[in-house]
Amino acid sequence: MNYKELGLKAGIEIHQQLDTAEKLFCRCPTTLRDVSERTGEFYRYLRATESELGEIDRAAREEMKLVRKFCYFTYDTVCLVEHDEEPPAPMNPEALEVSLTIAKMLGMTPVEQVHTMRKLVIDGSNTSGFQRTALVALSGALPDGCRVETICLEEEAAQRVEDETFSLDRLGIPLVEITTAPCMHTPEAVQEVAGHIGMVLRSTGRVKRGLGTIRQDINVSIADGARVEIKGVQELDLIAEVVRREVERQVALLAIAGALRARGARVDHTVIDVTSLFSGTASSILKKAKSILAVRLCGFAGLVGREIQPGRRLGSEMSDYAKKCGVGGIFHTDELPAYGVTAEEVARLREFAGAAEEDCVVIVAAGRERAGCAVEQVMIRAEMALSGVPEETRKMLEEGSTAYMRPLPGAARMYPETDVFVVAIDEPLWEGIAVPELLTDRAERFVREFGLDEALARQAAFSERLPTFEKAVAAGVRPTLAARTLLATCRELARDGVDVGRVSEDEILALLSAVEAGRAAKEAIPDLLAELVRTAGGGAATPQDRVDAVIEKMGPAVSQADVEAIVRRIVAEREAFAREKGMGALGPLMGVVMQELRGSVDGKVISETLRRELKRLLS
Amino acid sequence: MEKLQTGDLVRYTNGGTALTGTYITQRDGMAVVKLDSGYNIGTSPEKIEFIGRPAPQPPAGAGVVVQNRDLPELAIISTGGTIASRVDYRTGAVMSQFSASDILRAIPELGDIARYRDRQIASILSENMLPPLWQELARAVYDEIRHGVAGVIVTHGTDTMAYSAAAVRFMLKTPVPVVFVGSQRSADRPSSDNAMNALCSAAVATGDLGEVAVVMHATTNDDRCAVHRATRVRKMHTSRRDAFQSIGMAPLGYVDYPSLSVTLSDEAVRRGTEEPELRDALEERCALIQFYPGMPSGILDAFEGCAGLVISGTGLGHVATAWVPKLRELIEDGTTVVMTSQCLHGRVCDRVYNTGRDLLAAGVIEGVDMLPEAALVKLMWVLGNEPDPERVGVLMQTDLTGEIRRRSV
Repeated sequence: MNYKELGLKAGIEIHQQLDTAEKLFCRCPTTLRDVSERTGEFYRYLRATESELGEIDRAAREEMKLVRKFCYFTYDTVCLVEHDEEPPAPMNPEALEVSLTIAKMLGMTPVEQVHTMRKLVIDGSNTSGFQRTALVALSGALPDGCRVETICLEEEAAQRVEDETFSLDRLGIPLVEITTAPCMHTPEAVQEVAGHIGMVLRSTGRVKRGLGTIRQDINVSIADGARVEIKGVQELDLIAEVVRREVERQVALLAIAGALRARGARVDHTVIDVTSLFSGTASSILKKAKSILAVRLCGFAGLVGREIQPGRRLGSEMSDYAKKCGVGGIFHTDELPAYGVTAEEVARLREFAGAAEEDCVVIVAAGRERAGCAVEQVMIRAEMALSGVPEETRKMLEEGSTAYMRPLPGAARMYPETDVFVVAIDEPLWEGIAVPELLTDRAERFVREFGLDEALARQAAFSERLPTFEKAVAAGVRPTLAARTLLATCRELARDGVDVGRVSEDEILALLSAVEAGRAAKEAIPDLLAELVRTAGGGAATPQDRVDAVIEKMGPAVSQADVEAIVRRIVAEREAFAREKGMGALGPLMGVVMQELRGSVDGKVISETLRRELKRLLS
Repeated sequence: MEKLQTGDLVRYTNGGTALTGTYITQRDGMAVVKLDSGYNIGTSPEKIEFIGRPAPQPPAGAGVVVQNRDLPELAIISTGGTIASRVDYRTGAVMSQFSASDILRAIPELGDIARYRDRQIASILSENMLPPLWQELARAVYDEIRHGVAGVIVTHGTDTMAYSAAAVRFMLKTPVPVVFVGSQRSADRPSSDNAMNALCSAAVATGDLGEVAVVMHATTNDDRCAVHRATRVRKMHTSRRDAFQSIGMAPLGYVDYPSLSVTLSDEAVRRGTEEPELRDALEERCALIQFYPGMPSGILDAFEGCAGLVISGTGLGHVATAWVPKLRELIEDGTTVVMTSQCLHGRVCDRVYNTGRDLLAAGVIEGVDMLPEAALVKLMWVLGNEPDPERVGVLMQTDLTGEIRRRSV
């Protein structure tokens, strides 16, 4: 695809959770919990408030199509603020400081006063029915000339457990929202910008890590298409693909619109009750439905079933709209006969609906009311197909295709959070914000200062174990040893099912220092770590004592004399072999000795001793 | 430069970018601007410039809601508590709604329960409530009852709702339900308890109750409201939805939500039991003080000349022994002194300890198991209606409207 010719414009919104001690508007910890740990449940209804023009926001109205009761799980780490039973506490200064740090790193200008707003969200993910959010800084620059428009500090929503049930542990965790201008013109550029911003965020060392702690929303449009916002892309590597597929979808929808117009297609707004036609059907879905309603889409034949994205057809879009009414989906004649519906039934349906060959018939099976609502939605979406691409909020599916979620929200969704005082960002506060070193710069410095190879340096800089690495180096541990242990060794152990996370940072530091002091061999590190994991959690021994204990247990100190005795014995036992191979026996014998000493002695010491013994034997 | 008005379009320049927005106001030397993105920011006034003044918008919500003539009629009397509000997202302003039409537009389901007359007697925060307004409220309720409504709903701020409800109860005999209702979470938010409380209050107001009650959330869930007796209810939490609790007795009933089915206990006074009657005299020169350890008795000098004084004492109903002479003087000078307990739960008994016996000897009246606030408004009412001091003491210990329980259970 020629993205330039298509007029691709894309922007991103990045949502990143901050790793603060407390939540944004209450003093609860920012700890995520398992739902099995919940201490209670309660439920509420949400209702959209009437706005000045007597209008309910269109996105909010859409959510209200289904009258829903929301259930919330609560924990001993959650308070009345998350329950929407207490006014918010003042804005968490730590969170503001982190967001200002990010703003400064992105070259942004702070606002003079931060005003907290209530943004209407009535999908149940906020107990209050709104999300508290505040604009902190404006107008930053990215390396490729793209512009960051705003950074906002807001509270994270509650996590959906299933359907209308939410978990309150996540609600209120501070989150920054970084919005770029629609200044990217290729799918790859979008991914690069997202990667860069992600790197900047991690450079602060004060953002949460792991799945779900960062989410990207992508805005995509092409010249004759429409602005579409794709929510919740969690994997960076999928971003370019998501953009590619959205462009593909918009191009396909425009082609369909062209074809429909050329055919003089239209939507017949008569709802046809076809329940009786399927009284003896073999289709299990149709058989159990109280009501089956049909709509005739004149001139749509073949186009409803046309693929617009991998795994998605125009029919899928209609189905998404219909699902808003609580139905499971739709059937259309482009895909029938199938799903237990016979060719004969299709013929009867077409005849009953008065459908000509170029027409498509869509049917919905559900309770009377839901089916009626769903068939209306199908008509609405079919009308949209005549004019091209509708503006929508969409959600990502696996692999990078998307499904319809709701209309784009209107702008009229915010009003002041009067319970939170305005926060001034004055000169001393802004000037006092320290800008941390970028992780990319840090990696370069590790190469320069520590002589790490580039890959290891980058790994060290971007690793969650970076703080431990830096502490180890500061304590005099060789950077290579620290990096290899923290990155390679720990990863390998984790792969073998050893939960390295149970070893505290102080224990790792004590272990590395012990190795550096020659009290244990570096080859013994994996075994020592595994032993530390195995014995973790018992007693109140200090990290140093714990490390001393495992060193003692795993490898009673082997003296140089012991090493020499063992080497001498092994060489003597394999004298013929040694004489035959000469110094070439060094490698194979090394393995034998190492096995015997089980890593309790540094490999370098063994190889020197062995070399000396071999030389002696051969001379 | 043009003097900026709320609603003016302005350009805001910061960090080399210019954004447009709506001017809201000036506060502490900073201009508040609502940017087109919807966010408010505070900025030095020199960073914004006027670009235009949009034509004034026609007042919103002009449409009148058609009410169902076949349904019973209720009166909604507002005092300032917000049962419905509307948000102007353009300026961010939140406006309280008081007319029946506005309330019905905000909570359309109310229209399925009854038709409504509206009447606004005040628009105040409930901490600014005054005894003369209680009297005005009681008269308004009485007028509506005489007009023939099936029930009355009083919207009220929650802070002092229990005082007002108790005051109206002492002044008024009613054959129909008189229901006080409010909300603990502001009506502008989608999660507000206003709609459910209002619907439950309408259900009670059209139901079988025949006394003054407070109807508010019974739990933190949106599952049911409790119906509390006006003289036995107290706000027991600063912010929770279920802040209102009946003290010393179970609630008079419950309203399930969303079914709105009302169940009343045997104790609830039924519709039609009482004849309408208004006795709205109040003796305002009454006070309520809470005793604390070390509180100087000299504080009582401030209450010289008061007709009545309710003390919220410790435990069974005590104040420091050193207070006894002062209290005796006060009583001898004609002040009625009633003892209640800051325990709230339980009965005053000044016959157990010496201090109590001294208090009784000085002429202090045991407030039985009345809530301090209910005792205060009752004392105002009794002193306003009963000239005989002997009788005042008797009436204060007599159950007039369910404010005193014969038995503690």
